[in-house]
Amino acid sequence: MTTLAPTPESTRPAPRATARGRSARRTFPLLPATILLAVFLLGPIVVSLYGSFTDATLSGTTAVSSSFVGLDNYVSLFKDADFPVAIINTVLFVLFSAVVGQNVIGLGLALLMRSANRVVAAVVGTVVVTAWVLPEIVAAFAAYAFFRDDGSLNTALGALGASPISWLYEHPMIIVIIANAWRGTAFSMMVYSAALSEVPPEVTEAAQMDGASGAKQLFWVTLPMIRRTIATNSMIVTLQTLSVFTLIFVMTGGGPGVASTTLPILAYQEAFKFGQLGFGTAIATIMLIVGAIFSVFYIRALRTEVK
Amino acid sequence: MTAPSPDVATAALADATSPRPVSMSAPNRRTMRWLSNGVLIGVGLLFALPLVWLITASLDAKPSLAIAVPDVITFDNFRAIFDPKLTFKPLWNSVLLSGGTAILTVILAALAAYPLSRYRMRVTRPFLYAILFGTCLPITAMMVPVYSLFVQIKLIDSLPGTTLFMTASSLPIAIWMLKNFMDSVPIELEEAAWVDGASSMRTLSRIVLPLMRPGIAVVFIFVFIQAWGNFFVPFVLLLSPSKQPAAVSIFNFFGSNGSIAYGQLAAYSIVYSLPVLALYVLVQRGLGGSSALAGAVKG
Repeated sequence: MTTLAPTPESTRPAPRATARGRSARRTFPLLPATILLAVFLLGPIVVSLYGSFTDATLSGTTAVSSSFVGLDNYVSLFKDADFPVAIINTVLFVLFSAVVGQNVIGLGLALLMRSANRVVAAVVGTVVVTAWVLPEIVAAFAAYAFFRDDGSLNTALGALGASPISWLYEHPMIIVIIANAWRGTAFSMMVYSAALSEVPPEVTEAAQMDGASGAKQLFWVTLPMIRRTIATNSMIVTLQTLSVFTLIFVMTGGGPGVASTTLPILAYQEAFKFGQLGFGTAIATIMLIVGAIFSVFYIRALRTEVK
Repeated sequence: MTAPSPDVATAALADATSPRPVSMSAPNRRTMRWLSNGVLIGVGLLFALPLVWLITASLDAKPSLAIAVPDVITFDNFRAIFDPKLTFKPLWNSVLLSGGTAILTVILAALAAYPLSRYRMRVTRPFLYAILFGTCLPITAMMVPVYSLFVQIKLIDSLPGTTLFMTASSLPIAIWMLKNFMDSVPIELEEAAWVDGASSMRTLSRIVLPLMRPGIAVVFIFVFIQAWGNFFVPFVLLLSPSKQPAAVSIFNFFGSNGSIAYGQLAAYSIVYSLPVLALYVLVQRGLGGSSALAGAVKG
């Protein structure tokens, strides 16, 4: 933590000692947070990297003393038929519920709110935000009830004369994607509302004077001006959606079969349901690496903020 | 959240004041406005539907999974969950877990943010990058290794242990937010105190922190809301039912019964959600929460 390289005390004792003392005093308040982060965040990452090379299980002899098995977990993971399904489901989930769904609906709502009645915008905004502020498990219950066989959606379809569909069994991925878009859109909406309010009105007015249509103004003036917000927001919602667990766990449990199993669900199932801790840790490690790659891009985008 | 756009006001003004000749754009703008209102109301209804069920089912004596106006409005579901073991103990555990996490996070984050904000040190940049990296970590991905770690260091099924982990996971964003708040407190006041011989910890507690009370409140509530709603972390780390917070007990309620009492589940969901809804409104009203949040994604 000290900022100075150790130097021989005898050569230049007095100024060095005070400088070192000062920097130690200054970094001291960082210590408690650093220790906690090292033990509880860095620790699990190290455990994850190491544990994925062991045959640790939840119970039995290998739970007490696990041994090093090299890349065995990764080899069997890539042979496992469920793994590619989980990868594809995760990509679909992130792509359609976050990168497309939350992003586009959030931006659309933010744009509409600018031209809509103030009261309408405020009320609709509150509703959208409520789905986001509610605890994840409550939102999951509500979405589950909505899509269940005898839930609101089928009741409404029945009233319109359509025959009910067993949504959670027949189209589990589509349903969890819609549910996550519903739950998470508020974040993008708020981010884009803030970004749009910083676009100087003169710019769009000038485009309007030049006779640009609404769509042209949007694609050639407004969107380019908030492109950095679009990029950072896309990265944030990707990272958030990558780690969504509760919503899918409550609504479908990853099923039927593995039809809606994403990587977090697969890691949980393997580690805690089937007791394969090492195997589950290998999945966790892969997710951490994917997350880390996204984080690096995100941090590069925010580099100017670190002074 | 719903930053009332100045455009709406100016548009209305332009409509009212502009003379007829330029009305080429006025009907256009009015249609645009009605169209926006219509689409927004439609989307709002779609967003509201799943939430409405929570309310109708909780007040219905014979709730179904679909939204239905109750024949008789009853509070029986709320009365049924008005039970120490079922409701109060898990809620109290939630208070301990979320309150402990939020208090610890704010204290540690304020301490860490101070040198980061005030001194130019060699560790500042690497530390800030590490913090930013930490805010992005998919915590869900870590639950399997965290479980292994907790078994090894014998912290499994421990409320304090779970609180420590949740503190660690919320520290990066809290330090980041508090540092940004602290940067906007002018340093001149402290320099005067330093000249008078005050220590840096004393200037932090007496001068800086009181000046950034709104920022601290935002961070506290932000962390509290996140911890209150967290299901996966306590679900994995806390095994005894007597230690589990409401997020987990409500899931057991949902999962264990063969026939789920949906009315009670909805009522419990509402009781459990009310504190975070209230806190969120508080942040929105008084403290400018969304601006603090938007600071995190300012591109």
